[in-house]
Amino acid sequence: MVHMANQIALFFAGYPHDEAVAGVTKHIKDFWERRMRDQIKQYVAEGGGGLHELALEAVKRLT
Amino acid sequence: MALIQEVDYGTPARTAGQTFTLEIDGKPVTVPAGTSLMRAAVEAGVQVPKLCATDSVEAFGSCRLCLVEVEGRRGTPASCTTLAEPGMKVRTQSPKLAKLRRGVMELYISDHPLDCLTCAANGNCELQDMAGVVGLREVRYGMDGANHFKTPEKIDGSNPYFQFEPAKCIVCSRCVRACEEVQGTFALTIEGRGFASKVSPGGTQFLESECVSCGACVQACPTATLIEKSVVEKGQGEHSVITTCAYCGVGCTFKAEMQGNEVVRMLPYKDGKANHGHSCVKGRFAWGYATHKDRILNPMIRSKITDPWKEVSWDEAIDYTAGEFKRIQAKYGRESIGGISSSRCTNEETYLVQKMIRAAFGNNNTDTCARVCHSPTGYGLKNTFGTSAGTQDFDSVEQADVIMVIGANPTDAHPVFASHMKARLRQGAKLIVIDPRRIDLVRSAHVQADYHLALQPGSNVAMANALAHVIVTEGLLNEEFVKERCDLVEFEKWRKFVAEERNSPEAMEQFTGVPAAEVRGAARLYAKGPNSAIYYGLGVTEHSQGSTMVMCMANLAMATGNIGRRGVGVNPLRGQNNVQGSCDMGSFPHEFTGYRHVSDKAVRESFEQDWGVPLSDEPGLRIKNMIDAAVDGTFKGIYIQGEDIIQSDPNTKHMTAGLSAMECVVVQDLFLNETASYAHVFLPGSSFLEKDGTFTNAERRLGRVRKAIPPMQGLGDWEITMKLSNAMGYPMNYSHPSEIMDEIARLTPTFAGVTFDKIDRLGSVTWPCNDKAPEGTPIMHIGQFVRGKGRFLITEFVPTDERTSRKFPLILTTGRILTQYNVGAQTARTENNVWHPEDILEIHAHDAEERGIKEGDRVSLTSRAGETTLHAHISERMQPGVVYTTFHHGFTGANVVTTEFSDWATDCPEYKVTAVQVAPARRISEWQEQYLETRKQTTQVQNA
Repeated sequence: MVHMANQIALFFAGYPHDEAVAGVTKHIKDFWERRMRDQIKQYVAEGGGGLHELALEAVKRLT
Repeated sequence: MALIQEVDYGTPARTAGQTFTLEIDGKPVTVPAGTSLMRAAVEAGVQVPKLCATDSVEAFGSCRLCLVEVEGRRGTPASCTTLAEPGMKVRTQSPKLAKLRRGVMELYISDHPLDCLTCAANGNCELQDMAGVVGLREVRYGMDGANHFKTPEKIDGSNPYFQFEPAKCIVCSRCVRACEEVQGTFALTIEGRGFASKVSPGGTQFLESECVSCGACVQACPTATLIEKSVVEKGQGEHSVITTCAYCGVGCTFKAEMQGNEVVRMLPYKDGKANHGHSCVKGRFAWGYATHKDRILNPMIRSKITDPWKEVSWDEAIDYTAGEFKRIQAKYGRESIGGISSSRCTNEETYLVQKMIRAAFGNNNTDTCARVCHSPTGYGLKNTFGTSAGTQDFDSVEQADVIMVIGANPTDAHPVFASHMKARLRQGAKLIVIDPRRIDLVRSAHVQADYHLALQPGSNVAMANALAHVIVTEGLLNEEFVKERCDLVEFEKWRKFVAEERNSPEAMEQFTGVPAAEVRGAARLYAKGPNSAIYYGLGVTEHSQGSTMVMCMANLAMATGNIGRRGVGVNPLRGQNNVQGSCDMGSFPHEFTGYRHVSDKAVRESFEQDWGVPLSDEPGLRIKNMIDAAVDGTFKGIYIQGEDIIQSDPNTKHMTAGLSAMECVVVQDLFLNETASYAHVFLPGSSFLEKDGTFTNAERRLGRVRKAIPPMQGLGDWEITMKLSNAMGYPMNYSHPSEIMDEIARLTPTFAGVTFDKIDRLGSVTWPCNDKAPEGTPIMHIGQFVRGKGRFLITEFVPTDERTSRKFPLILTTGRILTQYNVGAQTARTENNVWHPEDILEIHAHDAEERGIKEGDRVSLTSRAGETTLHAHISERMQPGVVYTTFHHGFTGANVVTTEFSDWATDCPEYKVTAVQVAPARRISEWQEQYLETRKQTTQVQNA
């Protein structure tokens, strides 16, 4: 899951920071099922080690 | 119903703008310039006798039977090679012509076997017909001809599907020309001179020759010289059913010629808009699987996968399944079950599967096998152009000046379209091939690529960025198109990005392995077109950057203005017959039909209102996620219609673990496939010959699938899904698939104008089909993109995490072969096995020598995920460091080796890049031993 989130972050990394974070957030919201989102949120809550900074920020923005 | 006999106009149609009128036997007829007198005559309702002419090939003028008289001209010209002119007055019958024709026929018959009553072509022989038409009553040359009553030359029966009887050959060359002009293989020739002239597949037997068994020669043959063995065995059909092929995404239209409920032969249909009367070895001949003895015809259940199967009634199987699914949901929650539909099934069937999951299961855990092939196409094209589909119809290739084939092998995987493409290449279109392998298109008969960019697997995006860099930095942009049609803010970001030196061909050479000069040359060729078209396949999508690469191609097309007219575009060559359709039908977990997200309130409400049930606004699980969740213990039941995920999806061990962790696995298929080894319920499915519905091909073309025979197990697949939905508590009451399409049209703006009646009337229809385009849309994005302004996206190259190492120094890439199809469920149960009985590992001579591997040796293929063994074939088509195999046979288990890496956006597996080691092997792998044992144990049927 960390690997998947980082892959998404690497795609959006070419864009300005805010646009990139918004892109990662939207992608995860649009395509990840609730259980997956819960798991990654939990992972971030526990520190989120190994996550790309854009992914880390994006997950924090997930509602 | 009757046997459908298509009109043979003798010579191909012409489409020149200028038309004029002439008279044939006093009847005025108006034709386009370039039309032959023979064709004009048929247009006027007059049949001119003929033998060497047929409208699938250009006129030849050898038989001299079609002679006519033209007022004011001397002689009797051949009507096939004489072009119509304004005001001509043509006579097709006169005493002189009758005498000439009778003389010609007498010569033909002077050495032809006179076994008409027992000949397999009896009733469908043009020689016999012409003898009747010209009134042949005697043959003055006696009955001593070598071929009259004996067959001195043996019949060549080496091909499993048709035979060649030289004694019956009249040397009309129709077969030779069909092989050249229609198929583009040039496998046949005329051998010998004068009376000894005979057709020959290059001086050898058909099976040993370059023949690809497309059947074009058999179809063109006017006698029984080349004839289907099924016709020899069974006789001629008595009625025909027009239907659509169930193999690749070309979606060829066929005439199933029938005797009662038995198929005698499948003939490609001339009016088929995807295939124009052509076929390949799979669609034309490999349909025997439908009645194969392995077909399961009764539902079966079992408590544990180690138990033998128990045959039960439909009611018992459905009740058991619904009971299990309800029990699981009660215990583990509503989201603990889901389902997968198949690109082998019809639109109506896949629509019903996702509807059942959303409405009856109450969640969005629906996915389709398009996940593992073209899901990046949907994502990439939607984000750039605005809709998840290819941009052109197949005929568009006829206007292409430059054809760029990326990660596709059309001559093997989409043979009928490949023939179409090769015809254009023979006319002079330029060709760029981007592929690690030297596929046949790179160099074959009368076709040679101008550029073959043999890149390293995994470097597609690096290559595409390098191409874009050249276009941007060398002033090759179509600024006018971009300014008018695209989002300029996004364009400027993209232009700045690709112009960076790090994206130059020189900088990217370290990743692609392709000399920069070659890349620059190819970029210039593509950009200058003037009409440049991209065709691509799974070599684009099945990568960790699959979606990015689709965006790259869209960027290239927009930057050069190659979109929105004929001859250009971005064209996915879909792997299976209904990949496009299964995606259109809302099979993905995040979207309804027509690619509309489940979170879109207005869209969701329209479905809720129509279906009468509240629907979830949350994206569901993809296939990979379902398996992961099963391993985690939160996903416990699955309904799989027509997909063999154990064989087709990556990392077999993980798939096996996921299915084994579930409490109810339901497989609906024709055969006990590999996935069925892990199933608790088996619901027998029906083949394409047994159902009504529609398939949507790679052109977005909806073609009708028509029931040629009743379902052998009693129910159409749509009826099975309906029963299950009803048993789950959500009522469905369709009486015919046309009602399902009516519902799809009601709920999907791009399908609003589609009905079975319309498809029947037009033959087929491309979507969008609605009030704006009542007869469909062959070319998309004319004038404006679906999303409004075309959107350039930044496509940073990110190397895959699957890297070679000292332990795994080679890259494995996988693909298909002409004669087999996907997991082999269909073709591996036909005579096609004569060409490809097992999966083979192609390896370069250098890599083979380094490892002490000789041609035909059994070798082990090992990756970080697993190990299998197969036989090696030393091939110069591979570059050193890259090996290749297919995944058609379960025992090979190619996906035991592939990894779980996948496309960042869609989870499409990275089948095309796996780091492996290859070594000589003395015995099969441990996995293969286990496979044999598991298959034996899990496919037993009680009391069977």
